[in-house]
Amino acid sequence: MSQLPIVVPSVLNGLTTGAIYALVALGLTLIYGVLHIINFAHGSLLMLAMFGVFFLHKLAGLDPYLALLVVPPACFVAGYALQRGVIARASHGKDHNILLVTLGIAIAIENVAIYFWRSDTRTLDLSYAFDTVNLGVALVALPRVVAFAGALVVAGGLWLFMARTDLGRAIRAVAKERQGARVVGIDVEHVFAMSFAIGTACVGVAACLLMPTFYVTPQVGHSFVLIAFTVVVLGGMGSFPGALAGGLIIGVTESLCGLFLGESLGQIGIFAIFIAILLLRPSGLLGHRA
Amino acid sequence: MPEAPLLEVAGLRAGYGAIEVLRGIDVAVGAGEIVAILGSNGAGKSTLNNVLSGLLPLAAGSIRFDGRDIAGARSETIVAAGLVQVPEGRRVFPNLSVLDNLILGSYRRGRARRAQGLERVFATFPRLAERREQRAGTLSGGEQQMLAIGRGLMAEPRLLILDEPSLGLSPLLVEEMFTLIRRLNTDGLAVVLVEQNVVQSLVIAHRAYVLENGRVALSGPAASLRADPALRRSYLGM
Ligand SMILES: Nc1ncnc2c1ncn2[C@@H]1O[C@H](COP(=O)(O)OP(=O)(O)OP(=O)(O)O)[C@@H](O)[C@H]1O
Ligand SMILES: [Mg+2]
Repeated sequence: MSQLPIVVPSVLNGLTTGAIYALVALGLTLIYGVLHIINFAHGSLLMLAMFGVFFLHKLAGLDPYLALLVVPPACFVAGYALQRGVIARASHGKDHNILLVTLGIAIAIENVAIYFWRSDTRTLDLSYAFDTVNLGVALVALPRVVAFAGALVVAGGLWLFMARTDLGRAIRAVAKERQGARVVGIDVEHVFAMSFAIGTACVGVAACLLMPTFYVTPQVGHSFVLIAFTVVVLGGMGSFPGALAGGLIIGVTESLCGLFLGESLGQIGIFAIFIAILLLRPSGLLGHRA
Repeated sequence: MPEAPLLEVAGLRAGYGAIEVLRGIDVAVGAGEIVAILGSNGAGKSTLNNVLSGLLPLAAGSIRFDGRDIAGARSETIVAAGLVQVPEGRRVFPNLSVLDNLILGSYRRGRARRAQGLERVFATFPRLAERREQRAGTLSGGEQQMLAIGRGLMAEPRLLILDEPSLGLSPLLVEEMFTLIRRLNTDGLAVVLVEQNVVQSLVIAHRAYVLENGRVALSGPAASLRADPALRRSYLGM
């Protein structure tokens, strides 16, 4: 019981980090569910979005939270164009080609970023970065609370979108039955691109929510995407609720392992949980048996 | 046959890569007609349907639907024009509810008439109404076939292509299926019917075409084809 005062804040911090993981993973799992590919460019797009948020603040004085009005829509457009203009064209509809094309895009984006921005670590200086919110049981940094709430709102909105709108239904339909989708008059190529666009917009939101407390480098996408891959597999490939639950579980695990085993060992817990869950449920927490 | 057919196909050639499957097909369907397309396995019936629906490209020939040239048009355009296919193997969305499957049937139609369309489909298939929240993948084969047809009807077709609608149905359901097709036709829907149940299709069809080796080997009024000795020999084993 004596450990409660340190455990509670650690769990809360873990939940807030986990919400960001979930957001990145939601985009990844959406793209996976529809296009049946792991989008290797996801992390580089997150990095680009984070640089976008960074420079919008540095050069135009735009607050990262106000950047939510700019960066996610820009990511949406970029994602649509990238899928329709590059990935679809270069891969000729073959899934293994798409995989390689996204890998190529990731490498290209990252090298361009390194060329322009070096490997320097950049952070924003914001007046509210160290403000805290008293949640009763613990004090939590304000940007973390915002990130948590923002990620949940996006996840909820995405869920509603997928359940209630025609495009959402079409995305789910294309995910499992492309020929059937064509037969009812769904433009499958457009749905592919929209899925990619929405997945990339998720990364744009994550970038805005992250930048108040996080740093950006050309390699920053790696750690997030590695964890997001883990979350996607853990939650069940293509499952939205799975990505959300998986993200939160991973966030808390990482935070608690960091607390008890030391910062550097925080990630070991992630992979221990990962293996344990997959041993018990091979298709992931909320995945459907193949 | 009526003067200006609803669908008119001339000299249609298509295939897969270097393999030519359809080698010059002429087919016409009048408004209000049921036209049966017959032919052995692999004759190219589904290929023809898929070219008509814009799912497969054509190599040559013309397709006119409702006075418009739709050869090479995108499937969205063709569905919007009112040429709708209920494909072989049903192709329902297994992960979506019955209701969502039907709603997607009207993807190319205004939302205004959606409720009306649903009401009509549920009246036609009360089984689907009972199971509207059930995932389509967990429906029985017969129920999935009803759903596939219901989804097709939601698109408000003027011409409905049915590719082996009775496949895998019990004899009783097959009977119901043919009754339904006739009723839809009586209500004004033109139907292209691809069937293995040759006798029954020739009973409800007005006219029929027999495909062989990618060509139309035989065609004419269903009644006279039913009596045709060549057809009786090759398809009915008589
Ligand atoms: N995707 C494809 N790629 C290559 N060849 C194909 C493809 N689909 C069909 N074929 C070939 O085209 C020919 C016609 O096939 P099709 O499916 O049109 O026949 P069908 O008349 O519908 O037969 P069935 O009565 O068995 O459904 C067959 O020889 C088939 O092997
Ligand atoms: Mg066939």
